[in-house]
Amino acid sequence: MSAVDVTTRNNVTVLGREDGPAVVLAHGFGCDQNLWRLVVPALAERFRVVLFDHVGSGRSDSSAWSAGRYSTLDGYAEDVLEICSALDLRDVVLVGHSVSAMIAVLAANREPDRFAKLVLLTPSPCYVDDGDYRGGFSRDDIDELLESLDSNYLGWSATMAPVIMGNPDRPELGGELTDSFCRTDPMIAGVFARATFLSDNRADLPKVATPTLVVQTAQDAIASQEVGRFVHEQIAGSELVTLDATGHCPQLSAPEATAAAIIGFAGAR
Amino acid sequence: MCQADDAGGAGEGRDEDRVGAMFSALLEDSAEDLYENAPCGYLSTLMDGTIAKINGTLLGWLGIGREELVGRRRFSDLLTVGGRMYYETHIGPMLTMHGEAGGLALELKAADGTRLPVMATSRVKTGADGSAQLIRITLFDARDRRAYERELLRARQESEADRDRARQLASTLQRTLLPPSLMTVPGMEVAAYYHPASVDEVGGDFYDLFPLTGDSWGFFLGDVSGKGAEAAVVTSLARYTLRSAAVYNPEPVKVLDNLNTVLQQQYRGGEIRFCTVVYGCLVPDDTGCAITLVSGGHPPAIVVRADGTTQFLHTHGGMLVGAIPDARFTEITAHLGPGDTLLLYSDGLTEARPVGGSSERYSEEELLDHLAASAAHGASEVIASLTELLTGFGDGVEDDTALLALSIPLPRDGDS
Repeated sequence: MSAVDVTTRNNVTVLGREDGPAVVLAHGFGCDQNLWRLVVPALAERFRVVLFDHVGSGRSDSSAWSAGRYSTLDGYAEDVLEICSALDLRDVVLVGHSVSAMIAVLAANREPDRFAKLVLLTPSPCYVDDGDYRGGFSRDDIDELLESLDSNYLGWSATMAPVIMGNPDRPELGGELTDSFCRTDPMIAGVFARATFLSDNRADLPKVATPTLVVQTAQDAIASQEVGRFVHEQIAGSELVTLDATGHCPQLSAPEATAAAIIGFAGAR
Repeated sequence: MCQADDAGGAGEGRDEDRVGAMFSALLEDSAEDLYENAPCGYLSTLMDGTIAKINGTLLGWLGIGREELVGRRRFSDLLTVGGRMYYETHIGPMLTMHGEAGGLALELKAADGTRLPVMATSRVKTGADGSAQLIRITLFDARDRRAYERELLRARQESEADRDRARQLASTLQRTLLPPSLMTVPGMEVAAYYHPASVDEVGGDFYDLFPLTGDSWGFFLGDVSGKGAEAAVVTSLARYTLRSAAVYNPEPVKVLDNLNTVLQQQYRGGEIRFCTVVYGCLVPDDTGCAITLVSGGHPPAIVVRADGTTQFLHTHGGMLVGAIPDARFTEITAHLGPGDTLLLYSDGLTEARPVGGSSERYSEEELLDHLAASAAHGASEVIASLTELLTGFGDGVEDDTALLALSIPLPRDGDS
């Protein structure tokens, strides 16, 4: 795949200081690169900031999506590596939110030389409880999530399908595209949700050799503090920061503190 | 006039007063009562989701007291776990970044454990300085709608499954109409390619290569009018008729006569079904093989000679097979020497539009030139070159396309 193909496929945006160290921001399940909007200005002052949409999310090229490649997190990790290679990025600071924290771990384990540091924002290596491990959810809970994605299927397909399909006969749908923020084809979302919430990447954590910062919030319904501590303990030499913030998306609920944590870790020698 | 007008005006004024008084009596506590007892659930939350205000309708649905919720619980706590995950990962971020989220299908968990499907619409209320202050959420009872949607979803899943089954059936049927692999003809190289125009329908092209008596072989390639199940019936009939007719009398003209009669009898009185076919018979000789070809309305076969020159093998006057009784077919003969290739093809190739949507169709002459220029030698190379050409046409290939090539290999170095 050519560099242009990769940047189009993943709707890659590059901004900030051209001579700055590269910081790649990877969004999680349920949204797109817009999620970083509030932390980007602070990061762009010091770094070369690279944003992208996972295939199937945001304004990525959904024709590049295939169930085969994107049914496991490996496909997404492969994309991250292809983006870094296409832009010829070195000593990358890779910031992964939510499921992208594990995608970042997989990418860094595959090409350790490419990455200088990892920032794992509200990570969870495994959402489903397993013996003594408390991921926070039962298998039934995950099935329920997949069901709620399905029940949002009809409402979506009626209005969004022609837009995503790129229907030139219906230009009036162009307006809808601006409202497509965080919208995604529920079928694709369902596959991404399965990959997100049913993956178990606990065994990948001890293999991380890249300096890592784990950032969690005080109250997170998706990735508990216990899970954040687990990630920290499994990655040797990692640092753990608990932000005085609530929710699963600190880049939205506490953008200053989140940006400060990333800058403090990424900028340190 | 003026007086009457005045009187009338005063009368209207009194009516308005009466109606107004009646409405205000009905709506005495308007805003507050409308909020509390609206036919939908209302709630307002802080930006982190903590419930700040909730109406009586929603409390009634949930069976939970106001004091248990306000300031103590978040909106996502009222949802099923799946809904909560959806809220935390999708709806919440969307509200923060976009200011609104609508058309959301969620399920509330009531105190008694029952679940209430709702449709939610939410919008962020901003202060005078533009900063986000509250999230306002309206919930509609969606029990009936959800049941209806489930039916729709089930119907959709069923139709997707049906479509898969139909495709499966089409591809299975297609395979029965084509030889699973070409038979090996001693001293010859053979290759074929089939490109169905649609995965949903059985194509109307067919070909085969099979042994006749002695060391002679029969082969054919044809195209049935139309496509789908109706055409598949004719394809099947044509294929098996050609093979059995060739056993009975291998003379090529007789084989097509036979097929013409069978199609005429089969569709007598009904809609005429016909096909175009090239049927041939080859007999190996000392220098290659002798070929007899007969064509019924089919594009002319092409010979690619060992030196790269190309030529049509026209069978002038051959009529469509099955269209009229006593159709006439003419026969020609040719000889293939070492390095020569005979190509049969269907009009899916020569009627393709090389540039998608273009009105210019590819032509038999362009095909002849392509083969001369391609330097492809032998059956496999010729088929490979044409497969590549078809792939390049992309969506421009509108019809099924069948290709069959036969060649006499050049003697290898060291062969006597």
